Amino acid sequence: MIPEIGQFSLILALCLALIQASVPLAGAARGRVDWMSLARPAAAGQFVFIAIAFGALEYAFLNDDFSVLFVAQHSNSALPVFYKFTAAWGGHEGSMLFWITVLAIWTLAVAAGSRSQPDEFASRVLGVLGIVSAGIIAFALFTSNPFARLAAAPADGNDLNPLLQDPGMIIHPPMLYVGYVGMSVPFAFAVAAMLTGRLDKNWAKWTRPWTMAAWVFLTCGITLGSWWSYYELGWGGWWFWDPVENSSFMPWLVATALLHSLAVTERRGIFKSWTVLLAIAAFALSLLGTFLTRSGLLVSVHAFTSDPTRGLFILGLLLVFTGGPLLLYAFRARSLEAEGGFKLISREAFLLGNNILLVVAAGAVLFGTLYPLVNDLVRELLRLRPYPISVGTPYFDLMFLMATLPLAVLLGVGMHSIWKSTSGSALIQRLIWPAGIAAALGVTVPLLAYGHAGVLTTAATVIGLWVCTAALLDPFGRWVLRRGAPLTRAQLGMCLAHCGVGVFILGATFVSAYNVENDVVARPGDRLQIGGYEILFRGIKPVETPSFTAEEGEFELRRNGQSVNVLASQQRVYRVQQTPTTEAAIDSRLGRDVFIALSKSVGDNAWSVRIQVKPLIRFLWVGSLLMALGGILAMSDRRYRLATRRSTVPSPDAVRAAETS
Amino acid sequence: MTPRRRQRLILIGLVLAGVAGAVTLAVRAFQESLTYFFSPSQVAAGEAPGRTFRLGGFVLDNSVAREPGSLTVRFVVSDFAHEIPVRYTGVLPDLFKEGKGVVVRGQLGAGGEFVAEEVIAKHDENYTPPEVAGALAKTRPKVAE
Repeated sequence: MIPEIGQFSLILALCLALIQASVPLAGAARGRVDWMSLARPAAAGQFVFIAIAFGALEYAFLNDDFSVLFVAQHSNSALPVFYKFTAAWGGHEGSMLFWITVLAIWTLAVAAGSRSQPDEFASRVLGVLGIVSAGIIAFALFTSNPFARLAAAPADGNDLNPLLQDPGMIIHPPMLYVGYVGMSVPFAFAVAAMLTGRLDKNWAKWTRPWTMAAWVFLTCGITLGSWWSYYELGWGGWWFWDPVENSSFMPWLVATALLHSLAVTERRGIFKSWTVLLAIAAFALSLLGTFLTRSGLLVSVHAFTSDPTRGLFILGLLLVFTGGPLLLYAFRARSLEAEGGFKLISREAFLLGNNILLVVAAGAVLFGTLYPLVNDLVRELLRLRPYPISVGTPYFDLMFLMATLPLAVLLGVGMHSIWKSTSGSALIQRLIWPAGIAAALGVTVPLLAYGHAGVLTTAATVIGLWVCTAALLDPFGRWVLRRGAPLTRAQLGMCLAHCGVGVFILGATFVSAYNVENDVVARPGDRLQIGGYEILFRGIKPVETPSFTAEEGEFELRRNGQSVNVLASQQRVYRVQQTPTTEAAIDSRLGRDVFIALSKSVGDNAWSVRIQVKPLIRFLWVGSLLMALGGILAMSDRRYRLATRRSTVPSPDAVRAAETS
Repeated sequence: MTPRRRQRLILIGLVLAGVAGAVTLAVRAFQESLTYFFSPSQVAAGEAPGRTFRLGGFVLDNSVAREPGSLTVRFVVSDFAHEIPVRYTGVLPDLFKEGKGVVVRGQLGAGGEFVAEEVIAKHDENYTPPEVAGALAKTRPKVAE
């Protein structure tokens, strides 16, 4: 009964989404205030019914209703309640419903936050969000219904993938989804602005905080995912260029470019085309990412070509959501006039460089991710012999470094350049100290600490430090030297986020260059030496819980004869799916992590053990968190808080744009 | 030519040279990173290249043998038609199991033994890597299900 209520609510939500997608847009086109005013109630109603649908699915999970196919596939009566709740987004169908729920929340927030904007504009934004919502709800209802029933309910469920039975997995997917789905907001703003013909500074100002919010969630989501794979997969790696990771990273790169492009549009009224195209691309990549990760496309192209409904639906949605806005763009391109020019050395030029490099990086990742997939698909469709290929990490590493190292060098200069035109000599004078400090430390520190440093390691360390010193120059001048103007929250946010980039670069460089790892065979009582540490393998004991059985290895970490920590790593076997997993033990300090993963028994009372010392790996997460914090700080800047208050007088920009269109 | 134009020309030239260099590097890295996948039958037929490639199939039952006291392990990858012996030194992934699908990356060594640098068996238990499913579908259609 309850699942049927859920499904029925979802159908009602689709009806409301269709109303929201049509009536307000028509009203805005015809100037009918009564039609436009339908947008907010429709959004609110949609939210209510979607919340009921999501609640119904959660109810089915919490009450072990295995007559629902999705619950039977992804849950089990022995699963802790905690994980029963999160299992609702542990598979394709449920995550589509989760996507829809998150979109409804964003829509509601936009409906509430857009009251200060002209009705005509706000109703168009909500209308576009309605179109997106209708498309995804239809996709869920017609191709991936989470409420589908089984004729005969199994006695128990198939359990949740053990890798997902982890606290990190409770917050990581929701964060990522909130970020992914949040990209629909700048998308809707861009499409609405094109429909209105008012792509002005105001539009950029309204869009920026929303884009920033979505970007912050995406940043946190990706960081959590990387952290999770580091401690849960038992390999000690933090990034694998795996298609699933890439599909969250591409929208992030484009969203980062979009944030910077929006800054130029807001301040100077230029880069409008870029901004619009980036908003469309960020959303398209988010959609692509959702489908790639959860629809099974990566697992088997074969399944898609033998049952093409889901694949065709996805293709159709992508086509509508990118083709439509691009067509609109083609018609509107002439009205996207730049409101000013800029010189070669100016903040605009540096931000243009930032945009190009970020888009190149995203394009390279996209190419490497989709190439094997397209190859498989084409061969399958042409009925050729399958000839599977894969693209390895060297390609991604090189492409990414080629785009991001110059980006980081430019970042430091760009931060200190001013709008329109900057004098080169003033820049040099200002930046000579930060650059000098970064170069001196970057060359000496790795050599002193490790005795050796490659060219790339030295260069990357210098660049990482350079980004940090350049980012901290203004706060340093303000608070230590007591010079210069007070910093706004936006400026402070920028400094913090960019400093995060530098910290991240340092972490990535050190952990790549000075990681020490050793896979060994160990018996209880053995002493293992690694990177100046001694690890005493104390012994193995069995562990039993309702969900899994495990062998737990106890290790004592020692340095210079002193005990540092006692760590326990488990080799688990989950009962229902009989899946083995490794639970790594990590001794975490700011300067380094010691990573110990007990692996399989090799017989004869010996176990294979993976031990690693990873310098500065914490910097990766700290750097990413600084970026997110910077974003939050910038979002709370005074001018956005003022912007949310209702203003009845249209700005001169808006009037001018209205006249020209 | 005014000095200004000349400056611009030099700048454009530099940018073009940089882009050309980057593209060359990218294409080379891409070609080197491409790894092809072969089934045991294809390897047995001599189709496999001399360089690194990926071999996939399932781990033959009772074929896993360890060298005592070391991380070196030998096993046989099969597609029901042909069998290729594999040697690997290192920690095996959690999901590595006899009778289950596996993909190994490495090179053919002397004597027809495949020397693996990496053993890939990841995500959930029922997940058969797509290439493996495809390869097995040819030699014994039922198993791919």
